[in-house]
Amino acid sequence: MRRIAVLLLLALALWAPAAGAVEPAEKLADPALESRAREISQVLRCVVCQNQSIDDSNAELAHDMRLLVRERLVKGESNQQVIDYMVSRYGDFVLLKPPVKAKTYALWFGPLALFLIAVAVAVVFVRRRAAATAAAPAPLSDDERRRLDELMKGGDR
Amino acid sequence: MIIEIGHFALVLALFVAVVQAAVPMAGAQRGDAAWMAVARPAALAQFLLVAVAFGCLTHAFVTSDFSVLNVAQNSHSTKPMLYKVSGVWGNHEGSMLLWVLILAVFGCAVALFGRNLPPGLRSRALAIQGLISVGFLLFILFTSNPFARLLPAARDGQGLNPLLQDPGLAFHPPFLYLGYVGFSMAFSFAIAALIEGRVDAAWARWVRPWTLAAWSFLTVGIGLGSWWAYYELGWGGFWFWDPVENASFMPWLAGTALLHSSIVVEKRDTMKAWTVFLAIVAFSLSLLGTFLVRSGVLTSVHAFATDPKRGVFILILLIIVIGGSLALFAWRGPQLKSTGLFQPVSREGALLLNNLMMTVGTAVVLLGTLYPLFTDAMTGGQSKVSVGAPFYNAVFVPLMIPMIAAMAVGPMLSWKRGDLGAALTRLWLACAAAAVAVAVTWLVQTGGSVLGLIGVLFAAWLAVGTLVELAERVRLFRAPAGESLRRLARLPRAAWGMTLAHFGLAVVVAGITGAGVWKVESIQAMKPGDSVDVAGYTYTFHGAQEHQGPNYSALRGKFTVSRGGEPVVDLWPEKRVYTVRAMPTTEAAIHPTFWGDLYAVVGDAQPGGSFVTRLYFNPLVGWMWAGGLIMVLGGVLSLSDRRYRVGAPTRRRVPAGAAARA
Repeated sequence: MRRIAVLLLLALALWAPAAGAVEPAEKLADPALESRAREISQVLRCVVCQNQSIDDSNAELAHDMRLLVRERLVKGESNQQVIDYMVSRYGDFVLLKPPVKAKTYALWFGPLALFLIAVAVAVVFVRRRAAATAAAPAPLSDDERRRLDELMKGGDR
Repeated sequence: MIIEIGHFALVLALFVAVVQAAVPMAGAQRGDAAWMAVARPAALAQFLLVAVAFGCLTHAFVTSDFSVLNVAQNSHSTKPMLYKVSGVWGNHEGSMLLWVLILAVFGCAVALFGRNLPPGLRSRALAIQGLISVGFLLFILFTSNPFARLLPAARDGQGLNPLLQDPGLAFHPPFLYLGYVGFSMAFSFAIAALIEGRVDAAWARWVRPWTLAAWSFLTVGIGLGSWWAYYELGWGGFWFWDPVENASFMPWLAGTALLHSSIVVEKRDTMKAWTVFLAIVAFSLSLLGTFLVRSGVLTSVHAFATDPKRGVFILILLIIVIGGSLALFAWRGPQLKSTGLFQPVSREGALLLNNLMMTVGTAVVLLGTLYPLFTDAMTGGQSKVSVGAPFYNAVFVPLMIPMIAAMAVGPMLSWKRGDLGAALTRLWLACAAAAVAVAVTWLVQTGGSVLGLIGVLFAAWLAVGTLVELAERVRLFRAPAGESLRRLARLPRAAWGMTLAHFGLAVVVAGITGAGVWKVESIQAMKPGDSVDVAGYTYTFHGAQEHQGPNYSALRGKFTVSRGGEPVVDLWPEKRVYTVRAMPTTEAAIHPTFWGDLYAVVGDAQPGGSFVTRLYFNPLVGWMWAGGLIMVLGGVLSLSDRRYRVGAPTRRRVPAGAAARA
């Protein structure tokens, strides 16, 4: 019981991000480079946090990773090269948008498959109901028959 | 002594729950009225006992009884009273107790207000509630006892996590649980209907108020959570697609689908099995949400193994509830015959489309949330994947766009056979409004992001489309003004509910677009006297002073904000350190305006007498919560409709004995 409490606390502590992330000292002088750095930071995961990008996290490691990104940018690398470098260092885990490969096929194509299945089910349902009702209009219930009788009588009067 | 009374009451509640689960169910199967009648007193007793237990734990927290392990671990004598009380559910054991308490409240409500329900359905539904209660009480008593003693007693407590010491987060869990547990009512009615083998319009009417209530509570809970994130996390973010957030979002999506499909059951007597299925799904996701957040499994699958007792119990409970109900559904579901005819272009067709999108959306969020756990478990932690915001933006958002587009059209279609062309013609005003809004946005926004235009397009389309539908209903400009007013006054509250909920969503979409796309940010080190311009406002920094709170010390900064030389507001952001846990939190200073929030955060002192400051302009961000409130207002108005007042509808064409016999 203690252990889970500690774990929970630990989880909260990791997740607990105090004030925003980027520090003024980290920022690059060139605004174009800096905005590219921010763009990249938003798709990279702070690997010790719970699903936070390094742009959002104020963890020590996120700080180091942000500096690393900026270092590579200053060297003249493209956004993709920087991201590739980060992947080579931290693995696919660092990407908040996982790459499309065998182990993520289900993740990436699952939604489309689910959508198609759902559409197929809906189409079958609608067709079947339309066919069923076209073939045999629902017979009058006792209640409706009684009401109809009443109306007919009313018409006679 | 009081603690022992609480513990004892909880044990008694377990026995009562067993009786509530077994006797009325057996009675309903045998058609024995006396046995079925046990459900009512059992539900009332259950509520009283759990309330006593909850009261005892609250007493321990309020009086800071540190001989109770739970209090010692989660409270502190210097904590303000509000957080002593909210500390009761600010921990695993207490929150489980709150869960059971809310379950008992709902059961009690059925017992008290469900007089018009057929006795068979009522006793079966209450028996299912009892069964859920048994599961949770066993879980609490055997793995998470909040009444465990600590010997010798602690001198003082370890304090509540400072992040939880906040009014927004103090009430976030109770609202979420009201939502989660509210879906248990729909679930119990669904299971009862499966056992009876019958779902009809009256059943749908009984289920709807409970679903509406749950949905409204859940909306409030999610809104509170994101509002808290917005002002507490210190950089204006409000939704992160974090697994913990997804856990509450999935039941909301499924519940929204359920809300819409139960309308079809009520009006058109079709989509019955599907609605029952959705009720099961909504509650299953609520259970999953409760446990995902509480078990620590999200941080790592291996957290599950550190406390095997609790983990195994949760797994068994989930398997029994979800597996059992789905098995029952597979067995009895096909008996639920639909009779209504169904044309694709019709009101029911539009509601079917809503269901399609909402369900696929739910499935996508579930897939994204659990996928990292799957890969982690499958590869033994060798290969980890992250699924974050960019994934959901790429997959979930495109799903919602056609739905919002259809949302304006659906209510304009008539039941049975709609005329799509006529509906679209009548929506010319919405088309025009959307076009104007996009044009204006395009002119105003510099740097031109397509996302902003898309967001504005659909927000305007949905908002005006919803209003056009309302105008059509009251025949505005077609009938004399007096006639329109009379129609407006006579409009059923459920219709108002729909209008408000849809309009509210349009406002939410506008808010998300504004805050997501046009946010202005400025991060720098400032010395007292420095000024910075952010989105046309000039922020002047006046330094930061130490400041002492009840159980924290804070660094409090001061900004004066002016616009064009005119003073606008003074902002006092704080950076707090809570003494007991030595944990820092940020209290952003926010000045809300109609078009956006001025948002200031003060950070660490830098060498040389300057401070890190973060200044933001968050456009339209307040619209998000305003829109959420409008949606909730819609839910509440609809709930107050006489036609849906709990228990009001009666089953037609069914002799009194038939329900009991079934």
